[in-house]
Amino acid sequence: MPATQPPVVDEALALEHGLTSEEYDRITQQLGRTPTYTELGIYSVMWSEHCSYKNSIAVLKTLPREGRALLVGAGEENAGLVDIGDGLAVAFKIESHNHPSAVEPYQGAATGVGGIHRDIFTMGARPVCALNSLRFGSLANPRVRYLFDGVVRGIGDYGNSFGVPTVAGEVYFDPAYEGNPLVNAMSVGVVKVGCVASATAKGVGNRVYIVGSATGRDGIHGATFASEELSEESEARRPSVQVGDPFTEKLLLEATLEALSAEVVAGIQDMGAAGLTCSSCEMSAKGGVGMTLYLDKVPVREAEMSAYEIMLSESQERMLVNCAPGCEKDLEAIFAKWDLHAVAIGIVTGDGRVKVHHKGAMVADVPAAHLVLGGGAPVYQREAQRPAYLDTAQTFAVPADLAPYEVAAALEHLLASPNIASKRWVFEQYDTMVRTGTVLGPGQSDAALVRIKGSRKALAVKTDCNARYVYLDPRRGGQIAVAEAARNVVCAGGAPLAITNCLNFGNPYKPEVFWTFKEAVGGMGEACRALGTPVTGGNVSFYNESPDGAVFPTPTIGMLGLVDDLEAHGTASAFQDEGDVVFLLTPEAWDHRVAARELGGTEFLAHNHGITAGRAPHMELTEETAVQHAMLRLIRFSLVRSAHDVSDGGLAVCLAEKALLSDGLGAAIALDVADPFRLDALFFGEAQSRIVFTAQEVDSDAVYRALQGIRVRAQKIGTVAAGRLQIKVNGSTVIERSNQALHHIYDQAITRQMGSA
Amino acid sequence: MNVGVIVFPGSNCDHDAYHVARHVFGLRARFVWHKETALSDLDLVIVPGGFSYGDYLRAGAVARFSPIMERVVAFAEAGGLVLGICNGFQVLCESGLLPGALLRNASLRFACKWVHLRVENADTPFTNQLQPGQVLRIPIAHGEGNYFASEETLDMLEANRRVAFRYAAADGTLNAASNPNGSLHAIAGIINAQGNVLGMMPHPERCAESILGGTDGAHIFRSLMAHAAHRLAAGHI
Amino acid sequence: MYKAVITVTLRPSILDPQGKAAQHALATLGFEAIARVRVGKFVEMWINEESADAAYIAATAACEKLLANPVMENFHVEVAKVSDAG
Repeated sequence: MPATQPPVVDEALALEHGLTSEEYDRITQQLGRTPTYTELGIYSVMWSEHCSYKNSIAVLKTLPREGRALLVGAGEENAGLVDIGDGLAVAFKIESHNHPSAVEPYQGAATGVGGIHRDIFTMGARPVCALNSLRFGSLANPRVRYLFDGVVRGIGDYGNSFGVPTVAGEVYFDPAYEGNPLVNAMSVGVVKVGCVASATAKGVGNRVYIVGSATGRDGIHGATFASEELSEESEARRPSVQVGDPFTEKLLLEATLEALSAEVVAGIQDMGAAGLTCSSCEMSAKGGVGMTLYLDKVPVREAEMSAYEIMLSESQERMLVNCAPGCEKDLEAIFAKWDLHAVAIGIVTGDGRVKVHHKGAMVADVPAAHLVLGGGAPVYQREAQRPAYLDTAQTFAVPADLAPYEVAAALEHLLASPNIASKRWVFEQYDTMVRTGTVLGPGQSDAALVRIKGSRKALAVKTDCNARYVYLDPRRGGQIAVAEAARNVVCAGGAPLAITNCLNFGNPYKPEVFWTFKEAVGGMGEACRALGTPVTGGNVSFYNESPDGAVFPTPTIGMLGLVDDLEAHGTASAFQDEGDVVFLLTPEAWDHRVAARELGGTEFLAHNHGITAGRAPHMELTEETAVQHAMLRLIRFSLVRSAHDVSDGGLAVCLAEKALLSDGLGAAIALDVADPFRLDALFFGEAQSRIVFTAQEVDSDAVYRALQGIRVRAQKIGTVAAGRLQIKVNGSTVIERSNQALHHIYDQAITRQMGSA
Repeated sequence: MNVGVIVFPGSNCDHDAYHVARHVFGLRARFVWHKETALSDLDLVIVPGGFSYGDYLRAGAVARFSPIMERVVAFAEAGGLVLGICNGFQVLCESGLLPGALLRNASLRFACKWVHLRVENADTPFTNQLQPGQVLRIPIAHGEGNYFASEETLDMLEANRRVAFRYAAADGTLNAASNPNGSLHAIAGIINAQGNVLGMMPHPERCAESILGGTDGAHIFRSLMAHAAHRLAAGHI
Repeated sequence: MYKAVITVTLRPSILDPQGKAAQHALATLGFEAIARVRVGKFVEMWINEESADAAYIAATAACEKLLANPVMENFHVEVAKVSDAG
């Protein structure tokens, strides 16, 4: 592409860049003149929602962001940092790559994985595992199958090559995501306390290096792209999708960690959205300094790149490094060892301005602090209005209850729902075991357990969000997302420590969307306070809409927990031994929740009846905390052989899963229900705060003793038996199926639609 | 026994192999950077899993030209023990230390799961603690593990008992359903003519500790240790 | 300067699952006349040599040494004169 004169900057061009008229006025006021074309590009990406959080920050600040174990607060660095003892800390974060994945699923998902890992190792932490949270439309749609296949391959190919195991995640399918899939990727890393790197520029006169890959035209305006609704035109914007190179990322990881341990780095920031622009402005603003950049020195992959393009490129696998004084040769030698560029492109200055030189001219001169969140970036309190759909969606014509002879077939139908069925087709494409840290991986436990070699500890990690609940009842849905993630960590034997979140919503300029956002975040905050799990940071993804409307509001929670003694407390989901007693742990006041309202928002109602309606299932935070406290105590007393929470699909699916994930074990279950009840609600209702666990027969009394003084109830509901699942209600058999018959349905449902794995 | 673990820039199972050698079996172990050239202190070289140089072209194609592989070939030719795991197996085939090639999995998808292997030859330095026909449970994790060789080569491998492991069902029977990648003759691992080089797609280093869900991989490391002890007793150093 | 255009294909005797999958997918999209598909690699290189023969020899050597694995792949090289490496 030949060099051409940059376009004339005016308000119309600013609007084309996604800025508002008021924002353009603010820029001209701040600068005291019309911005240059490069400056307009810089402002437009820095003030996009993706970088500035301008529409969400006021709401995010209501979340609890402090806790004993937090070493770095939310938003202070690239990711949250939690103390896990033994002189170690965990850096973890989840981030969306929805829009790139919608137009190019393979590269979109791959670069999502690469980006989140860079956020972690730029802090000096070595990534030890990855998770993801995915949402797609209906698998009956060939376009959806194409997206699903591409996203899974992209995550697999990038993570497998990079050498970090993908240990847990979730996949949901609902027509609400038909035109706008969600791809949220999470990385978890471990770093020695005291060896944490900071994304801060410091030391006037220090050299600034660009390291890693050369810069090309890929991904220009990716941040702006992520800040608008998808339309037919976005298909035509494909060139802005970046291409990932996991091998280079691996080199960048090793070189970065080596440079940090050699103490040649004063500050470092990865280049994600808005590339060189965002990294230089944020590092400068945080350090209270400025930076002068000479773009002619930036290694480029394509000829004749303009300053605008170099500043806005989102080429992957790059970092901006502020070199410690006098360490330039050492820094260059380390990156040379790993065959990577490390080129000085600028210098730290004292005037707080980012100045950009290119081809002998100064093409940008902007005050760093004006550009960033917490500085001069705009902050909006958007209008919020309760959506009208809630009134109709929360009430529905309750279908007739199942007859006893229909229950088993209803269970089989539910097990074939891709939301319930085995995700083996997905996770076998991921290397789940590399680094030999994965003690319990996908399909083995409610949360993945990753050991910390050289200690008795393990991390328990999980992503979670039932977005249907959030759609039907934003506040309670937000609470449940946090509560269920924590419950999963507890079932695996971990104490929940902190969360990261990825908030996927529609267009925040729509008052209904913004109301939902506020409510959901409010609910999350309540649950985080009740459970003692502060928010360490995360990511907001708005504009998840297609011509058919917004996605379900989806605040994905990434939960971090800690298992103190892995050998003793690590707990699997599946039945372990024939003859073990099956217990149902519930809040004290539990009465099998027989009311029909308990069908609201269930997978049963959606999949078996085609109804997405009702209120989110029952949950009280005081009950939830009691149940989690009780479960953790039982595990720590070494009384628990297996544990699995009751969630999507209710009690029947929970029991079926405990059988299906086991080595050929089933159970004989007898439920005694005195009050009038509905069979469908009893079997498939999704009331929260329930856990099915097993214990050895001899430990039964110890279980009851351990629970004294906690407001929970543990009921013996059956015994682990070989090969089949039998469930009786008040003495008569309602479900009787062999494991083999259930496996046939559960294992094949997704594979059948996607072709052989 | 002195163990060296080769480190290509894209190796990612190097730390796992080192961990097992050093911390599980207490062996002397060190990493060998791909630009190094000295192996003379070693008894066993492990070429670990990963993506050596990115493997965008063909798994192991670039690694064979690295300085260290020249030395590994010489080391093997002098009788040194070489164990190639996963990507290491691909590199050994590309380097000509082992015959054949590893194509894309027949499913065209990466596959990470536990499989069963049947021990075909228990008279090697890598398998002497196993019984012929014994079945091991061990993980695989690869996208290109589909073993291919010409018919003459396959005949030669079979005639000389150079197939060390085959993919099998849990009871040791061979069938299409238990072959995870389409390998000819269900081959999961082969040895060279001298018997001192083993290449295998499955990962023994991922199942050498009970906490990881299985310990069958430990047999391979124990076999190597027994072999070294035996050689020492016989006066070889 | 010469430009070499190289195709690397699996040898005819080798099963090509990628080709098979593409053929199957095309058939379901209505391309029933497409009876067989083979998928290979396509490589372009720009070579500073004085003659077409020399460029051809360089490209062929590159294929033999690195780009193709003779155990499973064949390759085909074509060379043409070009003005620059664009």
